[in-house]
Amino acid sequence: MSSKLTRSNRAGWLFALPGFSLLFLFIIVPFFFAFWLSLTNQRLVSPNPTEFIGLKNYRDLLSVSIITLEPERTEAGEVVRDKDGEIEYPRVRTITRSDEFPQYRGMQEWFRWQSGDTAKVVIAADVVFMKALVNTLTFALFIVPIQGGGALLLALLINQKLRGINAYRTIYFMPVVISIVVISLLWRFIYSGNEGLLNNILSALTFGAFTPVDWLGNTETALGSIIAMSAWQAMGFHMVIWLAGLQSISPTLYEAASIEGASKWQTFRYVTWPGLRNTAVLVLIVITMQSFAVFAQVDVMTNGGPLDSTQTLVFQTVERGYGKQDISGGATISVILFLMVLMISAVQAFLTRERK
Amino acid sequence: MALVTSDNHGLRLAARYATLSLVALIFLFPLVFMVVSSLKPDQQLLADTSSIRAFLPVGDISLDNYVKAFERAPIGRFMANSVFVTVTTVLMSILLCSLAAFSFVFLDWTGRGALLSVIVATLIIPFETIAVPLLLLVSKLPWIGLEGLETGWLNTYRVQIIPWIADALTIFLFVQFFKDLPRELIEAARVEGASWLTIYRRIVMPLSGPVVATAAILKSLTMYNNQYLWPLIVVQDEAHRPVMVGLGYFFQLQIAWGEVMAYLTLISVPVIAFYLVLQRAFISSIASTGVKG
Repeated sequence: MSSKLTRSNRAGWLFALPGFSLLFLFIIVPFFFAFWLSLTNQRLVSPNPTEFIGLKNYRDLLSVSIITLEPERTEAGEVVRDKDGEIEYPRVRTITRSDEFPQYRGMQEWFRWQSGDTAKVVIAADVVFMKALVNTLTFALFIVPIQGGGALLLALLINQKLRGINAYRTIYFMPVVISIVVISLLWRFIYSGNEGLLNNILSALTFGAFTPVDWLGNTETALGSIIAMSAWQAMGFHMVIWLAGLQSISPTLYEAASIEGASKWQTFRYVTWPGLRNTAVLVLIVITMQSFAVFAQVDVMTNGGPLDSTQTLVFQTVERGYGKQDISGGATISVILFLMVLMISAVQAFLTRERK
Repeated sequence: MALVTSDNHGLRLAARYATLSLVALIFLFPLVFMVVSSLKPDQQLLADTSSIRAFLPVGDISLDNYVKAFERAPIGRFMANSVFVTVTTVLMSILLCSLAAFSFVFLDWTGRGALLSVIVATLIIPFETIAVPLLLLVSKLPWIGLEGLETGWLNTYRVQIIPWIADALTIFLFVQFFKDLPRELIEAARVEGASWLTIYRRIVMPLSGPVVATAAILKSLTMYNNQYLWPLIVVQDEAHRPVMVGLGYFFQLQIAWGEVMAYLTLISVPVIAFYLVLQRAFISSIASTGVKG
């Protein structure tokens, strides 16, 4: 293929260099820089020189231990209970601040459960980070089926030959072209507690049986509300991807199925779904990647609250790296996030590998 | 018998349209609410949420919220900033990414394959994972301006433009498109003695309308809609702030929702209008990002 006609080192480099240099300076350099920064104590502005501190940043984020608390006992060996009958335990502080256990120094309670008379307490060096990590994974876990499944239903709905179907497609896709920042602020109002639109709609639909909820002000509903809104916003995006997959399935397969007398469900199960395999992997991966990057929704709607119930990894990266000017802390979370992305990409490569 | 089936058919058709329309309502109601509310005084806006009036432009309708929103924040400035940053980045991006892709597809040079692999590999780096180190980097970068050498890119237009010009997806889109162009065309022009720049300008780019449209739409959406995290951390001064960060002006303790809705409508309607005019191009651009996997 290569001939003297197209051989040109000078022109080749000259054409590629401007674009590549920018990509190198603003993507590749900061990418490797993040790894380096995560091993230092770099701050955005600091009078002291930066020091290399090894893996300390990672230990400060990731250290987790379980401690067992024995109940308080009377001199007779009776378990002490408070007036509600709950067993009383020594405070976690007595362990994390004690000189006897230097390994637990500075750690805080994340959550606990009871086993027999003793309490098992999970303590973490950085509870907020742990919550952000769990929230990010929860976000991904729920939004993948909701958004991906919803988008597939939309695609099936829109893949009919009906007059005016394009108008519906245009409408379903519309939230995709609106900024997530705008959408988030709009939904902040829709979700609000008293005068909120959603509460009013739900109570109208149930003839007043529905009790209003402060969707974003409640630790139990805040993350779910953000997930639902995010799924709603980008569903049209994935609908388009599913649609492309649906339209790549050969019509002769459907004809064969209808000759065989297959039911609608059988046709979907044995013709449509197998034909969508690669599309399914793509949608799964794209949604997962997007959910790892959640920031604007949280920043606009909840600021990570209430009680850290909507903290996410990117929100923490920004809060530390920019808010607290702790560049190395933010970079460390970035590296952890990237490793998660890398794992997802490996899963994708595995799922779409060429099969003999 | 024939009559029954046709009735049945009509009924099923009606059911289909009913389903489609019901779903359409789910996607439309927040947007209708936004536009309608921007025309109402706060008190009425809140009162109307308890009835169907929330979605109807009824009662005390005026443009007061827009007037007040313009008084509260330099909206014209924010809009101009966003448009300037978006247009400049899109133009530069199309130029530099298509040049690079041209070189990767049509020219044969040492290191070509390796460089292209590196670029494709950067596809999996989400911006969110490099934002913090990039913040440190741009705070120290030098720049030669009118007043001579300066250090630091914070609070400028360039910090919002230059890091966003080159990206793997745009290069990749151009590479895919160029690969399908007939090579004989290029080789024939070479035989006739055309320079590479001439071939790029006179032959390849005039044929590249569709991919330029795709790249421009995707980049514009990124630059106008999704520029939030980055300007939030690198632009503190009002003079350079884009529209999405400008929203902060409306987050006071007592949120004036009418004004918020007016601002949201103002900054979204131009994009929606573009989308409605160019919907086919918009949707196929998005679909083409899906093909990359």
